[in-house]
Amino acid sequence: MLAKRIIPCLDIKDGRTVKGVNFVNLRDAGDPVELGARYSEEGADELVFLDITATHEKRKTLAALARDIARHLDIPFTIGGGIGSVEDVDVLLSSGADKISINSAAVRRPALIDELARNFGSQFVVLAVDAKAIDGDWFVHLNGGRIPTDIRLLDWVKEAENRGAGEILFTSMNHDGTKNGFANEITARVSEAVSIPVIASGGAGNMEHFYDVFTTGKADAGLAASIFHFHEIDIRELKEYLRKQGITVRL
Amino acid sequence: MPIAIIDYNAGNVQSVLFALERLGVDAILTDNHETIRAADKVIFPGVGEANSTMAYLKQRGLDELIRNLTQPVLGICLGMQLLCEYSEENDTACLGIIPQKVLRFRPKAGEKVPHMGWNSVRNLKNGLFTPELEGGYVYFVHSYYAEVGPYTTATTDYIQPFSSGLQKGNFYATQFHPEKSGKTGEQILRNFLML
Repeated sequence: MLAKRIIPCLDIKDGRTVKGVNFVNLRDAGDPVELGARYSEEGADELVFLDITATHEKRKTLAALARDIARHLDIPFTIGGGIGSVEDVDVLLSSGADKISINSAAVRRPALIDELARNFGSQFVVLAVDAKAIDGDWFVHLNGGRIPTDIRLLDWVKEAENRGAGEILFTSMNHDGTKNGFANEITARVSEAVSIPVIASGGAGNMEHFYDVFTTGKADAGLAASIFHFHEIDIRELKEYLRKQGITVRL
Repeated sequence: MPIAIIDYNAGNVQSVLFALERLGVDAILTDNHETIRAADKVIFPGVGEANSTMAYLKQRGLDELIRNLTQPVLGICLGMQLLCEYSEENDTACLGIIPQKVLRFRPKAGEKVPHMGWNSVRNLKNGLFTPELEGGYVYFVHSYYAEVGPYTTATTDYIQPFSSGLQKGNFYATQFHPEKSGKTGEQILRNFLML
């Protein structure tokens, strides 16, 4: 049976991980490759690297990073952050990235999804979407959740699927950072609205939250950052817990 | 040159090169017929679309070349599907080396396509799959699958059972990506290299 996936997310700036990490026995906690390798050993199924560099050198450093990760890691990884063109993606994929994620650029110009799917295949294209509930209705937000739009979440994920996205990475801005659990109800609605896999993000605080998002939330994968970085949850323990609860995981 | 990876404009061949590099094995990415024929082993990787890829292979005479290879060949993902007879993906006549049809997943309500992520392999047979790998998890990304048949060497369950491994003579194939499948995938690549 297909396993539910556990995905740590690493924020990258100028080729280095930015959030503080308190892993012991890491020679260099700022080295994305070393941190990624550590997660891989712990049993992470995939990794997401989100680049927040905002310089014109970005494309080059990001490609070098993709190459470095692909050389050393033997699990799949996604790179995202500021990707806006076929050219951006071409260099990342030829460097060894397995998937790329696009977010605001796709909202501003939805044809980007079609172009990427046509050029590289749907399986390379992860549509990341940040949304917030406003009076009970979920609206897509841009630039890391800072800029609201009048686009409804479910309309957008369906459109993205039709345009060729291969996977949805959904973050609830209402839940992100709260550690009170994932947005299970709306995640389930996203998952039912599309027939491509859905990665849930935002709100993970304990192991039960992952159980909830895989059952009630109908997610195919659960993504989190700080709880893994600060080792509040050990990925292996999490997967052992999930298996005991009857969830199929890779152990 | 011991290992040739067929260069046919497919996505993500870099990952296969890196996986072999981690195993300390030299490999060359090439579409040169002589180099491919002279290699001890050949890897036919692949991510992409069946029809345009077959057209590309024919244009360069790589279809005939692959059919006539006698050393161990490993087809990966689309590479595996192209070794088969026919693919439903844009109604494509494939290389016809393994008499097997490739069909599109027909999901029922709530089932997702592509089949993306880690799934287990069972009923393992011979060559590529040593017994300790039974039940191991490997990484898949695909929307088309080969049915289970006489050449099936590994079976995986998604929507229905399908061939995650195939073999006929010197042609070996995996639907999953051994180069992205952690320690299990590494062992499968090692097994191929030892053939």
